[in-house]
Amino acid sequence: MRHDREQKSIAAYRCGFISYMPARLDFIQSATGLILALFITLHLIFEASILISKDAMLAVTKFFEGYYFFGETYPGIISFLAASIFFIFILHAMTAVRKFPSTYRQYRIFISHNNNFKHSDTSLWLYQVITGSIMFFLGSVHLYMMMSQPSQIGPYASADRIYSEWMWPLYLILLISVILHAFIGLYRVTLKWGLFSLFSKNTGNSKQDKKNKVLMKKWMFIGIIVYLTISLLSLGTYMLIGYQHADKVGERYHSQPQTQPAAPVAEEPSAK
Amino acid sequence: MNSEKGRLLKINILRFDPHIKGDKPRIETFEIEEAPGMTLFIALNDIRQHHDPSLKFDFVCRAGICGSCAMIINGKPGLACSTLTANMDSDISLAPLPVFELIGDLSVFTGNWMRSLNNRLEAWIHQHEELNIDQLEQRMEPELAEEIYELDRCIECGCCVAGCGTIQMREEFVGAVGLNKIARYQIDPRDERSDSDYYELVGDEDGVFGCMTLLGCEDVCPKNLPLQSRIAYLRRKMLEIGLKSNTEVCSC
Repeated sequence: MRHDREQKSIAAYRCGFISYMPARLDFIQSATGLILALFITLHLIFEASILISKDAMLAVTKFFEGYYFFGETYPGIISFLAASIFFIFILHAMTAVRKFPSTYRQYRIFISHNNNFKHSDTSLWLYQVITGSIMFFLGSVHLYMMMSQPSQIGPYASADRIYSEWMWPLYLILLISVILHAFIGLYRVTLKWGLFSLFSKNTGNSKQDKKNKVLMKKWMFIGIIVYLTISLLSLGTYMLIGYQHADKVGERYHSQPQTQPAAPVAEEPSAK
Repeated sequence: MNSEKGRLLKINILRFDPHIKGDKPRIETFEIEEAPGMTLFIALNDIRQHHDPSLKFDFVCRAGICGSCAMIINGKPGLACSTLTANMDSDISLAPLPVFELIGDLSVFTGNWMRSLNNRLEAWIHQHEELNIDQLEQRMEPELAEEIYELDRCIECGCCVAGCGTIQMREEFVGAVGLNKIARYQIDPRDERSDSDYYELVGDEDGVFGCMTLLGCEDVCPKNLPLQSRIAYLRRKMLEIGLKSNTEVCSC
């Protein structure tokens, strides 16, 4: 009896209003977030090559422009990478914004709940909303610049952009936002989908799950502190280079002759 | 036994009775002397006995089993009967659970909310054939029985609902108590519903995909239920359905 009712109602529901999109949207949000977080952890490490030397940063730049594969630099590769990240970024923003408070009433309820409850994981989500909102704008500016001016990357070009072209306030806020957002996001996504118990036979081990949560949170804090330190130091280094290079804006950096004897001589700007 | 005077506790209670005409929400402060081994439940009884007999609050079992005395204790949901005042500051604030219908002062009507949730989620065993009570029940592995029992320990106290930022913004959200029930029936072999059936119940943004992993439920549950990992498990199961099912397929 119950079976018949179920069969009929399920068929009717499927045509009517059962949708598989909520599952897919939730998956897209987490998957794009994961890709972006992993991307940013690599991106910031590559940027930090300036802490080693200008030559190291130039080598990384040339690597991504395809120099070591094709023998020539193709900044178009950077454009393509930036466009791909931009696409994933937009997908992530569009799916994540579903969860934002959408009315002032919801916003007020959440803020008062957060203030009374004083619960760290609830506050972490609020940080995600705030840093996410900041990145809607600042992240878009940065990504569009990388798409449209892919050749303007290098020890001097980047430093000039940051210092002389006044990008540093944007980069500073973006940097702090993205590091917080990425590491809080990585922590949350493992708990959201229970990535630790993904391969366990039963539905999970409660005690182990609770331990994993504490462990993940520790790694989140370590990640935030390590990345903030490295990235702020490298931003500072670009600032310093930009300051020293302020009177020669536009001039590009070339490797020292002992490492690349032939090529840089040919590329040496004639004005110098 | 212990003749030493206890601490003086200042208990601030958010009071309001919607059934009294003209009553306004207000904080009332009561001062009582702390006794050894005192719980908030004992403190509230002390207040009712010696200060204000009109104070409304719920309790039944006094042992953290019935879930009646759940309230907001210093901003966090918890059971009054299993909260020792000795572990707290002498300034204590109490408020009724949000979301639920307020009966008066600290007393809320969780019963009707939970009942409608159970109806909505069809939180009972579904079998295609009528159960023959003369037959022996099918055997079950002890591990599985343990696992089901673990989730069955929910006492519907409402703490997870009060600790959930999502449900307070979006009242249609089923909350951890609802998702835990579905996870419980999903692993129970006696329930013959398929994952697609469960998807119909919780496969949307009022269900498991509305959960924002704020983890308030996990951290306040007085029964220490593994809510985070069970919601994650359910999310994975429901995603499998969402990715497999083709929205175009329709037999009618």
